[in-house]
Amino acid sequence: MACALGLLAARTGRRTLLVELEPVGAVASSFGSAPLRFEPAEIDPGCWAMAMDTEASLAEYLRLYVKLPVLGRLGPLARTFEFVAQAAPGVREILTIGKLCHEVRQARFDLIVVDAPASGHVIELLTAPRVVHELVRVGMVRDQTAWMLDIVERPEQTGVVVVTTPEELPVNETLEMVGRWQRETRIGVAAVIANRVLPEPFGRLEETVFERLAMAEHRDLVRAHLGPGAGIAIEATRWAVARRRLAAQHLARLRQGVPSGMAPVLLPDLNLRTGGRRLVTQLAEHLDAELDVVPR
Amino acid sequence: MTTSARVEGGLAGICATRDLVVVCGAGGVGKTTVAAALALEAAVEQGGRVLVLTVDPARRLADALGIQALGNTETPVPLAGRVGSARGELWAAMLDPRAGWDELVTRHAPDVATRDRLIGNPLYRDVTGRFAHSHEYLAMERLHEVHTSGRYDLVVVDTPPSTHAIDVLDAPGHMIDFFESRLLRWLTAPARSPLLGLASRPFYQVLDRVLGARFGEDLAEMFGLLALLRPGFVARAEQVRQLLADQRTAYLVVTTTEDVAMAEAGRLAGELEDRRTPPAAVVVNRGTPQNLRRSLKPGAVRDFDDRNNRSSRTVELAASLEVPPEVLASVLVEMARRLEDLSGFVEREQQRLREAQQLAPVVCRVPTLDVDVSELDTLLHIGRSLWRGAPGSAD
Repeated sequence: MACALGLLAARTGRRTLLVELEPVGAVASSFGSAPLRFEPAEIDPGCWAMAMDTEASLAEYLRLYVKLPVLGRLGPLARTFEFVAQAAPGVREILTIGKLCHEVRQARFDLIVVDAPASGHVIELLTAPRVVHELVRVGMVRDQTAWMLDIVERPEQTGVVVVTTPEELPVNETLEMVGRWQRETRIGVAAVIANRVLPEPFGRLEETVFERLAMAEHRDLVRAHLGPGAGIAIEATRWAVARRRLAAQHLARLRQGVPSGMAPVLLPDLNLRTGGRRLVTQLAEHLDAELDVVPR
Repeated sequence: MTTSARVEGGLAGICATRDLVVVCGAGGVGKTTVAAALALEAAVEQGGRVLVLTVDPARRLADALGIQALGNTETPVPLAGRVGSARGELWAAMLDPRAGWDELVTRHAPDVATRDRLIGNPLYRDVTGRFAHSHEYLAMERLHEVHTSGRYDLVVVDTPPSTHAIDVLDAPGHMIDFFESRLLRWLTAPARSPLLGLASRPFYQVLDRVLGARFGEDLAEMFGLLALLRPGFVARAEQVRQLLADQRTAYLVVTTTEDVAMAEAGRLAGELEDRRTPPAAVVVNRGTPQNLRRSLKPGAVRDFDDRNNRSSRTVELAASLEVPPEVLASVLVEMARRLEDLSGFVEREQQRLREAQQLAPVVCRVPTLDVDVSELDTLLHIGRSLWRGAPGSAD
């Protein structure tokens, strides 16, 4: 989804940076590009991508802001950093957010899309500057977190996009997440996207006809006309209808559960055998149709 | 081979012969549900006390079990009247990181004063409570504590999504490295000297410049206090590491038929292999319903298409059913599409099952439920498919 958002932004004239936080390489494999590095690379016209590396982020930070005379001795520093980062894990989060905010401030890109870690971890990540800000009362880091907060906690600058699927547990989790963002953080939820929404197989009239066709007493008649495959075709269709009904219930819960004015954006189940660029491109097109993005 | 005796009987065999089952996989493949279903089924079928423990901070286990809330304390899941007849008991717990750390510090601190100072350190609270990554070691500590307590015959543990799953397994090693490292000794060495305060070390002076005076002092104090806990921590972390590598611990990789999930499963299986704890089983979740799989014949899609392309038949059938022929025609087009989807699902699933067999000796398929059932019933249904095993693609 992050790739599709990035691609859509790029294709509507925004210089976009896609950031991958986890070392899985999903962005690179979606675009069929070489593995990402800390230095952004252009993977599609107007769309750049980078992989987060907290150590590189620290080096950049020290070089740009602290101007500490340690440049020649980064080796031992990196080891110390590893050590401190293990004991005080907030350090990594701060360096991640710090790099993202740095890119926002540099304004090399119009939009930065971050492929965030799984839901339980992302709140800790984005609230790290606030935690450290409240922890550290004076000094350089407090100044640093102050400008980060100015970016992260301003809804015009930063927004969280919550992606879910119309299934029971993902919807429960999404509702809980949206609630937590609103209760526990000062960070705005920009949109809720429900992905893999199954299409409605039938209109009302068609449904009546299908029900009639599927009636047990018509079994022999239907088989005589449609062949021995009719039975399994009916079962397959019933399954699709049942899945759609179940999904519709979960979507209804999602709609009711999110704050008013934040109607979930629905994206269809594309059911493509392979993921990759084709999936991302199609998702981006559907997103465009749903959101009606104004080109720049 | 001794392992062949173990894998007999699929997951039932694994649950019967192992003490600990670690469930891993990509995010969103249904790990939590599979863990809960497996634990439930083991409790119902094999008896004894079974605990399902989640380290996923997303808190989905209570949902799956249909109970109100889960905390750090192990809670019995009421089974009476909800399942036919259960031979054993099911317990569930979720890891609350803050309470966990306090327990840990209490256990390893040489005295009450050290404990109180550490718990009172302003950094301690935030470091241990609010950042996600401190979950990992604690999760494994807790696992060890629960395992050695002898309170349970089987513990099933649900892990965070796979990038973090490996972190979890590496956590005891990291903890040992941390406490044994020369850096910690260097950073905390002056604490032994009453003449020189810890915070006067050059390292902390730099930190003070960057972070502000209090922060450096607090950090120095925290390191100093943590160093006092070293012997207990190291010994325990070593035991935890051994538990994770033990023969009686089984790893279960959960995936779906999707590309991303399957790629993650492969990566995870490889990493487990590298650690010499290869996965005992792979569960392919969200498969096609059993009855649909069984009745789908090869060539069904083509046959159905051929038939309903003849419009005369459609008109005749419409007349017999007393429905408008054009509506029937569009229904048939839709049915053909759904049949094609189904055939695609089944084909992909077969391929996935073959791939899964390369990863582990036991492969289990869990079909999607085509009925809407309540939480515990759902788990029981899933548990049954896990138990029956449907090993391999023969099913």
